[in-house]
This record gives sequence, structure tokens and C-alpha cells, in this order.
Amino acid sequence: MLSFIVRRLLSGAVLLFVITTVAYALLYVGGGDIARRILGQNATQEAVAAKAAELGLDRPLWEQYGGWLSQAVTGDLGRSWFSGQLVSVGVSSRLAVTLSIVIGAVLIAAVIAVVLGVLAAVRGGVVDRIVQFISVLGFAIPGFLIALGLVLVFAINLRLFKATGYVPITTDVGGWIASVTLPVIALAIGAIASVTQQVRGSVVDALSRDYVRTLRSRGLGSGRVVYKHVLRNAGGPALAILAVQFVGLLGGAVIVEQIFALPGLGQLAVQSTTNGDIPIVMGLVLATAFIVVIVNLLIDLAQAALNPKVRLS
Amino acid sequence: MLSRLLAATQISIAAALVAVVVALVLGVVGGLLAGYYGGWFDSVSSWLTGLVMALPGIVVLLAARAVLGPSVWLSMAIFGVLMSPAFFRLVYASVTAVRNELYVDAARVSGLRDGRIISRHILSVVRAPVIIQSAMITGIAIAIQSGLEFLGLGDLSVPTWGSMLSDGFAKIYNAPLLMLWPSLAIGLTCISLTLLANALRDALERTVSTRRRRREGKVNGAPAERTAVVGHQDDARAATGEVLLSVRDLHVGYDQPDGSLTQVVHGIDLDIRRGEVHGLIGESGSGKTQTAFSVLGLLPSGGRVTRGTIDFGGIQLAGAGEGVFRKVRGKRIAYVPQEPMSNLDSAFTIGSQLVEPMQVVLGLSKKEATERALALLARVGLPDPKKTFASYPHEISGGQAQRVLIAGAVSCDPELLIADEPTTALDVTVQAEVLDLLRDLQAEFGMAMLLVTHNFGVVADLCDRVSVMQSGLIVETGPVRSIFNHAEHPYTQSLLDAILEDGEPRGTLGSRKEVSA
Repeated sequence: MLSFIVRRLLSGAVLLFVITTVAYALLYVGGGDIARRILGQNATQEAVAAKAAELGLDRPLWEQYGGWLSQAVTGDLGRSWFSGQLVSVGVSSRLAVTLSIVIGAVLIAAVIAVVLGVLAAVRGGVVDRIVQFISVLGFAIPGFLIALGLVLVFAINLRLFKATGYVPITTDVGGWIASVTLPVIALAIGAIASVTQQVRGSVVDALSRDYVRTLRSRGLGSGRVVYKHVLRNAGGPALAILAVQFVGLLGGAVIVEQIFALPGLGQLAVQSTTNGDIPIVMGLVLATAFIVVIVNLLIDLAQAALNPKVRLS
Repeated sequence: MLSRLLAATQISIAAALVAVVVALVLGVVGGLLAGYYGGWFDSVSSWLTGLVMALPGIVVLLAARAVLGPSVWLSMAIFGVLMSPAFFRLVYASVTAVRNELYVDAARVSGLRDGRIISRHILSVVRAPVIIQSAMITGIAIAIQSGLEFLGLGDLSVPTWGSMLSDGFAKIYNAPLLMLWPSLAIGLTCISLTLLANALRDALERTVSTRRRRREGKVNGAPAERTAVVGHQDDARAATGEVLLSVRDLHVGYDQPDGSLTQVVHGIDLDIRRGEVHGLIGESGSGKTQTAFSVLGLLPSGGRVTRGTIDFGGIQLAGAGEGVFRKVRGKRIAYVPQEPMSNLDSAFTIGSQLVEPMQVVLGLSKKEATERALALLARVGLPDPKKTFASYPHEISGGQAQRVLIAGAVSCDPELLIADEPTTALDVTVQAEVLDLLRDLQAEFGMAMLLVTHNFGVVADLCDRVSVMQSGLIVETGPVRSIFNHAEHPYTQSLLDAILEDGEPRGTLGSRKEVSA
């Protein structure tokens, strides 16, 4: 078990290295005249060249990347070229916002999807068709359209929630809930749709297994068999799709944060990529890739806990 | 407004198609090469796929926009790259599955070149799922593209749905209707593409599932010519005991998707007395397993008893609800399945699968149930009960698994044990041991046993009486010895001839039975 975790962490580290290398190379190639952009159109040629030298932009790619990397492994991600803020501070404060809505959406999606998926698989018939239809709709309608609809109905017409802005949980719990509810719903709907389909599929599959019949032949009620045995067996594939959803929602959060004006990673990503603020972009890439690696590891561990056959492999 | 929407439609869809084409080319070609040739290309591309899938797409698109400038076409091409793993995995899985199929080997042996094999045999397998996936991905591409445009990150010189939506959003307080048309266009396009993909998949699955069902032989033709059942007079030894299970005129049918009913059991009578071992013999598809499942109330979905009665010690089981069956299953009727491995839940230890029913059915405490389970595991001949108790199903052999299942079946002291081909899936050497175990337990617990089998050797070994089933009907029934010596129905005779050819001497039956009686 321990060697499994170590192996996965090592391969995660390799993944982080490759992703940051590729990202750095791409940013370098397409960076354009960043020094000029920082200083503005009126700066003199000499000032621009001096700024470029100060940022190390005049050095070759591998030297720049090497410098970034050697600092990054010590936890120093540098400062933003534009605001001068520490990247680690800027990114982590934004990360808290994004993670709170993404994790909220994933948890809600998991609970609702398991209920709907099991219901559809066990009841079949009309219930199944209704659930399937709803989840197809939820899957097909782009998340940002749902977000727009939510803003229009609940924030602008009914005035139940604030349309924009963010209240940190540390300042006001009620205000925090009011500010994240709509974004979480907007993100969760698409995830609910996909995960429901997966849960339904794997429950239908697990229900048809021989051991279900044998356990029932021993006198166990079908409810007990479904909630203890079928759910545990169907849990693996459902967790896998949940991990995929998590990664997808990190991306989806970019658009949703923009609509609800939440100060999350997405906003930062839009700003810094348009400016060409390489330290910030690298910090973002590193943070998202790191989260993805950790989430995948956690999901794998959860799967191993669910199914002994997966263990140690 | 309308003209702008129409112009936007062209560009939005064309750009989405760019994404799909890029994804298709990369994914399908990569999947074919990696799946067909394997080797280093396989490892590298699988690793790359994992890498690409681990990236949040929008972040990459944002970064790419910063680098390459705002172009719908370019960002959709990059999105195509990001989506290519979807095709890659699909094609890769199909190709590796097909590569080692016999007909592909045959094609290779007969001198077809790789390119031709790929196009003829492999592309035809992946064609349908690839088309479905394309529809899905077109929808996703449109969603992502309009999302980016909506953020104002698109190419402002080209009208697209997303940029129209963005304009509308800016005026959301004054003119919310401005958002309506582009929203409708995006939403409806995505929904119809997804529905199209789903419809295609459903159509595909339906053809596959009917094909499979036919292969399994569940759909039977007309019943055999319904002649009178050949009944043999009971001899003195077999006739004793009260009737425990009495089946009369049992019909079992499966509802078909088109509303019709396919009958697999066409009206059979069956009596099992207390303490009797009754063989139900016939070839696969003759309806014997369906009969057994009817008694347990565990017919696969769609199947039901359409006519007749199943009287079990005064309880009517035909058409009974789940509540009636729950009082009977485990405690009074138990079941030993055919395939040992698939009948144990791989996610739970063997011990917990034995203990759970005893707690529920017999109301034992966990400690009592554990003690009883350990005793049963020892009783069925497992050398190290404690170790087996703590093992997971994949850690024991098939023969051991069957012993575990037998222990589970007798754990609540049933009156009737239904064993469905209990030795068919086992090694020949293990088969005899398991049959011995069943015989001993049957005598020890005083159970009646319904032994479903296709093997007259097993019947000769174990049974008191036998019913011969063919095409959903019982054609001959009576004491084993009488049927062995004077089989009258031609089908019974042909089954008997089959074991005589295997060299089983008929003489042993009489002498062995004498000893055991």
C-alpha cells in the first residue's frame, strides 16, 4: 500500500515536471514583448531592455526555466510581474475560492447522482426514463448557460441571492453561503448529469451479477443487497468519473467565476494569460496540476478501499 | 439580429467541426497504431493520453490564447488535441480487443497486409462508437467555444454565438432578451447533438443485446411435441416421505421489448418429497434453470411465472411477492450456483458474506454467526477455516469457492437445497469431491435436493428420482434406477447413450446404490 502511494507520488512529480516544462516553453515562445507591456507604450527602448534584463527575459529558455524550477522546488514561485504580489500568496488566496465552489459542487453532485442513479437502476421503467432524460439535458446544456439562467432568475428577477461578489467564509458564514450557492449549483448540474449516468450504468451492471442472486437466495432483502453490496461494487467506476468531473469543474469554474465575479483562480487565469504574467501563469499551472495529481491519488486510494482486487496493483 | 445569428451559426459550427476533425485524426490514427502494433508507441501514446486528460481544458485554452492570439480556429484546433484522448481510448480498447481475435489471425495468415486488415476488420468495429463520440464532442466543442467567446476571450472580428451572448450579458439588466437567441442556439444545438449520440448508442446496443440473447439460447422456439409425460412407477424405496415441493402446470415467460412474451417453460409438473434428491436433467436451454429460479423467485429481469402453481409446504410461491420469498429463501429453500467465482462478492471477505445472512435470517449475534460460519467452513472440508474466513474471493480457488457457497447455502438449515449444475465449472478431480460433500450434507441435514444438471453421470451418482426436461417440457420422470434400466422417451435414451459412450459402466449404479442405501 505504502509503495503504491510512493509510486503514484513519484509519477505525479514527473507529471508536474513535464507539464510545467511544456507550459514554460509555450509561454516563452509566444510571450511577445512582455517588458514593453509592463512599462506601457511610452517607455523608452532602454527602459524596456533594462526591464527585460531585470526579469531575465534576455536569457535563453533553459536558463530561465532552470531558474524558475530551482526556486519552485524550494516553494518560491516568484512575484507577479505586474502587481509585484507574491505568486504563492496570490494563487493560494484565489485557490481557496475556486476549491470551495468546486468541492461543494462535487460533493453535491456525488450525493444527488448516487440517489438518482440508484433510483433509476433499481426502479427501472418510467422512473428510469425520467432520470435519463433529465441527465441528458443536464449534460447537454453548457454550464455557463445554466449559470446565466440562474443569475437571471434567482438573482435579478427573484433577488434571492446576490448576482456577483464573494464573501469570505471567515468574515460571514451566511454571506459566504449566499455568495457561493448559485455558482455551486451552476457547476454541479453538469456533474450531476454525468455522474448519474455512470452510477445508473454501474448499478445496472452490478445488479445483474450472479452474486446478487446468490445473496438474495440466502434470504437477504433486495434493499440490503443494493445498499451494501451493489453500491460498493458500483462505487469504483462512479469514483473514477467523479475524478474526471473534478478536473472538468476546475476548468468550468473559470467561466462560472467570471459570470458571478468571484475572485478565484479563473479570474486570475483570464487576467494573467491576457497580460502574459508568466510567474502567475506558472503558479496557476502548477497549482491545478498539483490538485489534479492529488485528487487522482485520493480517488485511487478510495477505490482500493472499496475493492480489494484493486489493492496493491 | 437574425442575420448576425445566422452568420454566427456558420462560424460556430465550422469551428466546432475543426475541433472534432483534429480530435478524430489524432485519436483514431493514434489509437489504431498503438492498439495494433503496440510496443513503444503504445506506451508513449498511452502516457501522453493520461497527461492530456489530467489538464483542465479551459486553462490550457486560456494559456494558448495568450500565446497564439485570439483565433477561434486555432483554439478549436487545440481543443481538438485536448479531446483526442476520448477517441484514442475508444479505438485503442476496441483494437486491442479485436487484434487477437481468430478472424484477424486468419486474415493475417491468409496474407492480407496490415493496412488492409486495419481498414477491413478493425475500422468496421470502431466505426459506430466513433460516430457517436463525434456527435458528443461536437456538442462539447460548441459549449467550450461559446464559453470562451462569452468571456470576451474570442476573436472580436468574427460573429459567434458566444460573442453575441457576451453582448447580451453586458446589457442583462436592460435587455435580458438579447441573451435569449444565442442561448437558445447554443442550448438546442448541444442538446440535439447529445440526443443524437444517445439515440445512435441505444440503437447500437439494442442490436448487440438481441444478438447476444439469441446466442445464449434464452429465446426458445416452439415447445417440443406435447406428448404425455412418460412416468415410471415408484419403487418401494423412493416413494416414501410427504411431498415438500409441488409444481403444477408451471409456465415461465420473458417479456420482450416489442410487448410479446417468449415462453421458455411450457407447463411442467414436478414433485419433490422431503429428504429426496431429485435430478432435473436436460441440455442447456431446456428450461431447467428457469424452473429452479421460479421456485426461488429469482428469475432474471423480464422473466415471470405466467401460469401454474408452486406449492412449497403449503405456501404458494407462484406470483408471490418479495415478502413471502424473504421468509422462505435461505431458511427453507437454499441455492448453490453453477459458477463459484462470480457468485461471491469480490468486495467483501468470505466470512462477512457467510455471517451477514445468518444474522439477518437466523437473528444470530455476530459472534454466534462467526462461530457457526467457521464450523461450516470446516465441515465443507476447507483445510484452514480461519484463513478462508478472512480471505477475499479472489484469494481462493474455484473448488474452495464452491465449498464456501455450499457452506453458505446450508448455513440456515434449509429444507430444500436447489443446486444448479454445482460441479459443471469445476475441475474433474474436484467434481467428485463436491458431489460427495453434497450427498453427505444432504443426509446430515435431512434436506430435499433439486439437482439441476446436464450430466446423467451426476444423476446416477446422487439422485433418487429424476425428471428429464426437453425444450421447456418434462418428457420422462421416475426413480433413477427405473429410468436407467427402462428409458422410454427417445431423448432420455440419447442422454443415457451419451454417458455410456464416456465409458461409465452401468453396473456400478446398482451396486453403489445398494451400499449407500
